[in-house]
Amino acid sequence: MHSVLYRLNTLITLAGFLLAVMCSLASFTDTFHVPSVTAHAEVLKVNRFRKQLTGNDEVSLTLNVSMNLRSTFTWNTKQVFVFVAAEYETAKNSLNQVSLWDHIIQDKGHAKLEAQITNKYPFIDQFGKSANTNMYSAKPYMWEAIFVVRRSNLFSTGILCPRQVKQLKTRW
Amino acid sequence: MGWIGETIDSIKSLQIRHVLSQAVSLGMIVTSALIIWKGLMCITGSESPVVVVLSGSMEPGFKRGDILFLHMSKDPIRVGEIVVFNVDGREIPIVHRVIKVHERQDTGEVDVLTKGDNNFGDDRLLYAHGQLWLHRHHIMGRAVGFLPYVGWVTIIMTEKPIIKYLLIGALGLLVVTSKD
Repeated sequence: MHSVLYRLNTLITLAGFLLAVMCSLASFTDTFHVPSVTAHAEVLKVNRFRKQLTGNDEVSLTLNVSMNLRSTFTWNTKQVFVFVAAEYETAKNSLNQVSLWDHIIQDKGHAKLEAQITNKYPFIDQFGKSANTNMYSAKPYMWEAIFVVRRSNLFSTGILCPRQVKQLKTRW
Repeated sequence: MGWIGETIDSIKSLQIRHVLSQAVSLGMIVTSALIIWKGLMCITGSESPVVVVLSGSMEPGFKRGDILFLHMSKDPIRVGEIVVFNVDGREIPIVHRVIKVHERQDTGEVDVLTKGDNNFGDDRLLYAHGQLWLHRHHIMGRAVGFLPYVGWVTIIMTEKPIIKYLLIGALGLLVVTSKD
């Protein structure tokens, strides 16, 4: 009665539609999840401060971080990307954000961290003017260490919703 | 042998009207696909609303063969966002994460540095010669959704074009010889 192609067409359309519905439902379950995260970061010491040849200031720091991200993990969580960024304002730039360190957590068992870290990426300020004093004065007053947790969710053929971001600001 | 005779008969018995109506339906299919694509471009505000991940530089988050849905808004670009950008001189867009942002006080222009999660160093090697920062006009959108594995179709068709020709040839044959 119906040809093989017709049946295949109907089958594929139905399968596609049902998978899309399941994906949306899986993503929808994330709206009910409210993570409660605790985190703390402090600068232990400044390892090195120097002026680059280009005139920019470069700092190397050692930070003490501790965090508990266990509550961000749901059945649908694929990975959690954690990073520590320095956010500050200078005379020339209204906003500077420099990521110092990041880490990927893939399961709940590894979600509790306490570590002493040195910055992975060079902390370089643009247009570091006159003397070292510029950088030092910027730090204690306008520095914020931001923990931003990006949660990636996945169902088997699911949709990723990186909108849900938990921000914790600790003023240092 | 009987099948070949049947095919030749069906090609001979085509009437003009039938051929024309088939051409119109084919045209409708192609234009509706185009409408959907352009519509997506308008809704998401991005030049390329769907991209395929071509390398493993964002693993374990995005693997090769995943497709990403992009959205571009006027919101400022901040550290931690996953952005898709075009480098002058390279036609393939790159999907990486922003690690540094410097926003000017006076003009509001922004200098951005990106890095793939799975790469060791930042993307300065990928930028154009002498370019140290990305600017807003390089960025095509932020990743807001993804579907795994679906992009393999595009990757296979791009890397082995013979399969693309085979598929189009088979489809064409199907259209010509079908009775409805």
